[in-house]
Amino acid sequence: MELLQLMDSAVRLATPLLLAALAGLYSERSGIFDIGLEGKMLIAAFTAGAFSGIAGMPIAEGGWGWTYGMAWFGLFTAIIASVLLSLIHGFASITLRGNQLISGVAVNFFAAGTTVLIGQEWFRAGGQTPSLRGAQRFEPITLPFADAVSEVPVIGPVYADLISGHNIVVYIAILAVPLTWWILFRTRFGLRLRAVGENPGAVDTAGISVVKQRYAAVVIAGILCGLAGAYLSLGTSAAGFVKDMSAGKGFIALAALIFAKWQPRGVLFAALLFGFLEAIGNKYQSVDIGAFVIPVQFMQALPYILTVVILAGFVGKAIPPKAGGEPYVKER
Amino acid sequence: MNKGLPKWADVLLIPVLSLLLALFVSGLVVLFIGRDPIEAVKVMVQGAFGKYGIGYTLYYTTNFIFTGLAVAVAFHARLFNIGGEGQAGLGGVGVALVLLSFNWPNWVVALIAASIGAAIFGAAWAAIPAYLQAKRGSHIVITTIMFNLIGSALINYLLVGPMQAPGMVPETPGFPEAAALPTLHDVFAVFGIAFDKNAPANVSIFIALAALVFVYILIWKTRIGYEIRAFGHSEKAAVYAGISPLKITMIAMLVSGALAGLMAINTVMGEAERLVLDSVQGAGFVGIAVALMGRSHPVGVLLAAFLFGILYQGGGELSFAMGIPREMIVVIQALVIMFTGSLENIVRMPVEKLFLRFNKGGA
Repeated sequence: MELLQLMDSAVRLATPLLLAALAGLYSERSGIFDIGLEGKMLIAAFTAGAFSGIAGMPIAEGGWGWTYGMAWFGLFTAIIASVLLSLIHGFASITLRGNQLISGVAVNFFAAGTTVLIGQEWFRAGGQTPSLRGAQRFEPITLPFADAVSEVPVIGPVYADLISGHNIVVYIAILAVPLTWWILFRTRFGLRLRAVGENPGAVDTAGISVVKQRYAAVVIAGILCGLAGAYLSLGTSAAGFVKDMSAGKGFIALAALIFAKWQPRGVLFAALLFGFLEAIGNKYQSVDIGAFVIPVQFMQALPYILTVVILAGFVGKAIPPKAGGEPYVKER
Repeated sequence: MNKGLPKWADVLLIPVLSLLLALFVSGLVVLFIGRDPIEAVKVMVQGAFGKYGIGYTLYYTTNFIFTGLAVAVAFHARLFNIGGEGQAGLGGVGVALVLLSFNWPNWVVALIAASIGAAIFGAAWAAIPAYLQAKRGSHIVITTIMFNLIGSALINYLLVGPMQAPGMVPETPGFPEAAALPTLHDVFAVFGIAFDKNAPANVSIFIALAALVFVYILIWKTRIGYEIRAFGHSEKAAVYAGISPLKITMIAMLVSGALAGLMAINTVMGEAERLVLDSVQGAGFVGIAVALMGRSHPVGVLLAAFLFGILYQGGGELSFAMGIPREMIVVIQALVIMFTGSLENIVRMPVEKLFLRFNKGGA
């Protein structure tokens, strides 16, 4: 039962990592490094929280008095905000051929600053957005027959507690994995996307625009980060935006991506692994192993430590897309 | 790279234009939240240069010289050290351990010992990411960020555990009184110059200035510096010339981490006189903007650090006088990184065209 609970919260915690790591997958497969996943998630979380909050606020209090669809509206605005940041990153790294790492870092700071700045200006609550209720959030969905089968041993609880009862974004994230695989490995678009990340010169020779292909990848990354961010503020128990709520998840997602060797299926497992570790860290605040007590701070730092361990390559060699990080200069 | 661009345009004109563009966009952000940007600039300048402000401006400048140099040294080896925040935090632990372990009789000896402690701890925190980068190819950007987060957890642990002063506050006991660094007030008083008594600026600023000279000599006047720059230009060529990537990566990152760690003598030893939570306050990240703006050159770093000192102190005034949150500085920082870093070609391309046309006309 305890394990089931852990796995359940692992799925919840893995969702933003999964979406962000898939965002990184599209971007990096096309040859654009994206350190800015973190910032895009953060700005999306803020926008989603702010607009869902305003839309659902009663007219008397200065809101728009909506009664349904606020969460979807919040998601929509989150995706727009995240894609805008993606386009800035794209403009810097594709059109201007600037340094992609620096651009990503700038995006992160920009998001960290503006979310609090604008949040304080709009809501005057130290950068928080109003706390969200009802249709302002994505509420858990009970899958069909969940109650009926919950009495069946083993399969019942797994279906009722682990598989059912998440919000829509969790299911979108999981479905995004096979979809991404299909797009990248079974469509012409995906083949071209991977090709510009490996050998842009060849793609260019074939008469396909490297620039367009990379912009497309960067925009998809923006959409996925928008989903990840909206999930943070609308789909978790935070029920609103809190300052710096992405808390390094964008970077952990990058590590998950490397761990997954830039493969969609691997990304799913890596995200679940990190989610599981975070769930353990949350559940067992300090662990007494007899001789001494592992302090709570260590448990909190565990996902970060694991990220380093994984990057250290104790899991085998990960070969990144060949043209990653390199601006493409057309030959004349 | 710079086709026909004179040197002065490359090192002066383009950074200044980029900076102006960044500040202009920052002004738009201020406008967006419904405030008057001109008024904001006035408040900032007055706040940063006023009688009480300048001592804080110089205090922040000292921090940013250290962290800016840290990023700059790593940049020369084409390593992107985002870990200044963690390295400076651990530098603080080093300072605290040194100063608490012994009842220091006077501040000069204490300062030397604390500087060594700060540098060693800062360097140690950079060592693991450096080694993993060189040996295992682990992305140093991600590992240094992770080390920031791990470092902050470690310091949290130390300050509520082994290093905590008696009581409930998460901080170490105060350092020995004799180890207190003279402030700029004390220094200037010797020469009969009046300086704000309460300002935190202290003698660490002279160590920061010495660090600028040290980095200049290291990078441009020594063999190691030559190897670092060669490695930064082309790893392949450097390896062909017999330069070991492991050695250069380690040296560049150790120096970088040590410089970031040294920041703690200004904040932990000079100002707080004890180790408190979050003693770095984002200065490690400001170093990135400072290094980019200063073109990784000590003179540039000095000017950029002073500019950010003004922005930090003036930004504090903004929240007092105009109610603009301190995060405004983070936004400015982001825009400076963007326009002097990744979006630099927005300025460079038109300027190059202009010069090309001008040169043709002249010839």
